[in-house]
Amino acid sequence: MRNIERSIMDRDFVRLPEAGRFAHVIVRPSVSYWEDVFRRLGTDKVALASGVVIAVISALSVLVPLFCKYDYDATDLLHINQFPNAQHWFGTDAVGRDLWARVWVGARVSLFIGVGGAIVPQLVGIFLGGVSGYFGGWIDMLIMRVIDVGVCIPSLVYVTLIMLFMGSGPTAIIIAIAMTCWMDSARVVRGRMLQFKNREFVISARTLGASSFRIIFRHILPNILGQQVVSITSAIPTAVFLEAYLSFIGLGIQSPMTSWGQLCQAGSGYYRLYPYQLFIPGAFISVTIMAFYLFGNCLRDALDPHLRD
Amino acid sequence: MGNIVREHLLEVRDLRVSFDTHAGEIQAVRGVSFHLDEKETLAIVGESGCGKSVTVQTIMKLISVPYARLKSGVILYRGKDVGHLSDKEMESYRGREFSMIFQDSMSGLNPTMRVGTQIRESVMQRRDISREGAGKRAMEMLAQVGLPNPERIYRRYAHTMSGGQRQRVMIAMALSCNPKILFADEPTTALDVTLQAQILDLLNELKGRFGVATVLITHDLGVVAKMADRIAVMYAGKVVEYGDAEQIFYRPSHPYTWGLLSAMPNLKQPRKSELYTIVGMPPDLFAPPPGCAFTARCSYAMEVCRKEEPPEFFCGEGHASACWLLDERAEEALPPPGIPRLVREESVNGR
Amino acid sequence: MDGKFVEVSNLKKYFHVGKRQILKAVDDVSFSIERGSTLGLVGESGCGKTTVGRHLCRIYEPDEGAIRIDGRDISHISQRQCRELAKKVQMIFQDPYASLNSFFTVGEIIGEAFTIHKMFRSVKERRDRIRELLEIVGLSAEHANRFPHEFSGGQRQRIGIARALALSPELIVCDEAISALDVSIQAQIVNMLIEFQRTMNLTYLFIAHDLSMVRHIADDTAVMYLGALVEYGATDAVYGHPAHPYTKGLLSAVPTPDPVYERSHRRIVMEGEVSDPINPEPGCRFYARCREAEKLCGEVAPPLKKIGGNHMVACHACKEKEGERST
Repeated sequence: MRNIERSIMDRDFVRLPEAGRFAHVIVRPSVSYWEDVFRRLGTDKVALASGVVIAVISALSVLVPLFCKYDYDATDLLHINQFPNAQHWFGTDAVGRDLWARVWVGARVSLFIGVGGAIVPQLVGIFLGGVSGYFGGWIDMLIMRVIDVGVCIPSLVYVTLIMLFMGSGPTAIIIAIAMTCWMDSARVVRGRMLQFKNREFVISARTLGASSFRIIFRHILPNILGQQVVSITSAIPTAVFLEAYLSFIGLGIQSPMTSWGQLCQAGSGYYRLYPYQLFIPGAFISVTIMAFYLFGNCLRDALDPHLRD
Repeated sequence: MGNIVREHLLEVRDLRVSFDTHAGEIQAVRGVSFHLDEKETLAIVGESGCGKSVTVQTIMKLISVPYARLKSGVILYRGKDVGHLSDKEMESYRGREFSMIFQDSMSGLNPTMRVGTQIRESVMQRRDISREGAGKRAMEMLAQVGLPNPERIYRRYAHTMSGGQRQRVMIAMALSCNPKILFADEPTTALDVTLQAQILDLLNELKGRFGVATVLITHDLGVVAKMADRIAVMYAGKVVEYGDAEQIFYRPSHPYTWGLLSAMPNLKQPRKSELYTIVGMPPDLFAPPPGCAFTARCSYAMEVCRKEEPPEFFCGEGHASACWLLDERAEEALPPPGIPRLVREESVNGR
Repeated sequence: MDGKFVEVSNLKKYFHVGKRQILKAVDDVSFSIERGSTLGLVGESGCGKTTVGRHLCRIYEPDEGAIRIDGRDISHISQRQCRELAKKVQMIFQDPYASLNSFFTVGEIIGEAFTIHKMFRSVKERRDRIRELLEIVGLSAEHANRFPHEFSGGQRQRIGIARALALSPELIVCDEAISALDVSIQAQIVNMLIEFQRTMNLTYLFIAHDLSMVRHIADDTAVMYLGALVEYGATDAVYGHPAHPYTKGLLSAVPTPDPVYERSHRRIVMEGEVSDPINPEPGCRFYARCREAEKLCGEVAPPLKKIGGNHMVACHACKEKEGERST
């Protein structure tokens, strides 16, 4: 106290020339919304770990088939049902195809279906739900009634029909998934649209004379998109699993083309004798689904930190 | 003045609370001291972000623990330190000794429970009382807060009631166990003026009937004038001036208080004339400036204000202000029109 | 009556909520605003004042009645004409947090009007104009690259004002523009609005529930209750000699920053709360809360009647009193 007293001089009691004039200065660094999201993701250990798993699996699925010395569909009847060894890291199957190569080719297909099966219905849902919510009226009526009817039909019925109709390529599977899953996202987006439609910043854009197109795409969608990215990430495991399921019951990918689900199906017959043929692709499915699921959760937290409280 | 040691109902000394964020520490409360005596109403006034709510939430132990940190400070309730109680120990204080009402009456009530049941449960939790007794108490409280037809209100859910009714229910619940201190955090901010008047009248009436001391947090000086016995003006995490209502309203001595009082339009001022303003905005407590936090906005700022935090200068019985203008070395400052001139007391600075 | 810049006559807007439930948000409201002046529109939440304001920007289309701005009826215009209207009428909003899109930088928010209306098309022109607008509202050019969440409430409100001024409008609807701000900031914003009115000859519809600020800024004041005007006139008349019981109660309920006065004077306590606006009963809407209510009030809704100058009141009781006075 005394030190302070001494350090203060009489001349300090002179009015500052700039007193009463205020400059608006911001001391915090500028951070955009997405920068903030990525920072939060970066500090989340679970997000990092699951992100790394996803990245490694995706990278290997691209690289391994390019450099692997075995083709995924090359049979070798002299080396059938070999357990994992130095030549064949994951062993071989009943017709001597190298499982290491097949697992990674299968990863390509499974991931393609997973990502496509998550994004396509989401896009359809965003579009139809957005139109429905923003414009309302008869178009809203129509879309909502279609959905009401659509959700009443069990999704396996569509899927089976579509697969029978379109054959069993990856594209067909994606379309089948899209047909069943767009309805949920359309409903969610419609709800969000209704909620944002009357927010003040949207009203403000309308008073500025902005067109509906501009309002939907520049103002409302970016605000909704974050949540939709989360639902895409959490839809990926569902799509991966659906593909596995379809292939497992024989409706999905057909040999010699392969996917994780198809591998499991092929391995399931002799799993007592050759358990690796079932459990290796099975493990990949589980790990991938879990990684996407955890990553989706972390992403949701990062997008909206209030959800945690 | 400060030498007489008197036990207050509640005394807070040098409270410091910080929030830890990724970018660093936000010093929300930076050394707040005040006291509260039996049956009086203390108003804590300040702008949003000045730390007034955080102060009260800290006393009630309602701040979220991992992010907010009680850095230092003593909270004495009847001479007993309650600042470092465990959550469980605090549980026995909440409701029975301290009670709180919030701005948002919806979030203070459970939407899935009938309001009467809610009050009954909270009474049973805190008092050794039979179910019937607690129910009777709840009914009695609903009548006390001026709700017509309490039997019907008892059976209703919060969301079916209007804002004013909910606020009354919340007050009934807060007072149901005869607390000694009621913390009211902006209790009328969300209400329309006519409802605000009703609720304030009710609070004043209940204060007399229940003998409860009140800490009222508000930014509305009109509400303060109506309710408060004593006032603490907060700015940027500190109390810059305190005193009783007459002192603060009629003999304010801190330029921030002057600004707050003058910024409200009054009847004498011609229409569309320029209102007195405090320029700028409060500092970011992420990096509070050295010296007095008000310097950048103060029209009376001096060199010293930038260098050193002002100590408390006493300017009357129970009236003090943390401003260098009260130092005898400062040149005389002319307050804005309508505010009486600054009176410097002979007494040396407070601490 | 011609020559008024804004003329609203018999405006009605009903919303259908649920089955056979009608919310009469605005029910037969008429008023006018002269160019360069301010009309204060006060009332409690849910009284329909925001709905009235949004009609002037054509966010809502009226069910009945006419809205004339600068002599042109805008009540049923096409979307293209709405875009033209944007250059005349702008709005400032209540919540400085909700009214700015958090994905845009401040520069994008202010410059959006230029994109929509294809003005200031070169990068330099546009940047200069944005800088100019930021400086008008007391901010600086560096702020253009920041995001709204980095600003305080008062600063955000300044950004909202800059956005409203971007198209150099003639009428600005201030929808509770200062209600969410701190006292010291409110005065800054009000000073700024008054100054702009003087320098740019702006016309304001100032919607608020803060009666003291309205008294300061408004030339005329209209008091709304449950979708209808109950009192309307020059601000001095409405505040100085309030005639409607609701206005009296409202004015009396405002606490003043004066402890001695606050503790000594007795306020007119208005009992109860605003009644349900859905399917209102016939008669005066204030009937249930009114202390001066008579039998007639419960049966017939009182029309707005002149009680001197341009001071109008919708109350059966006041009319009689006025009748006595004039005889």
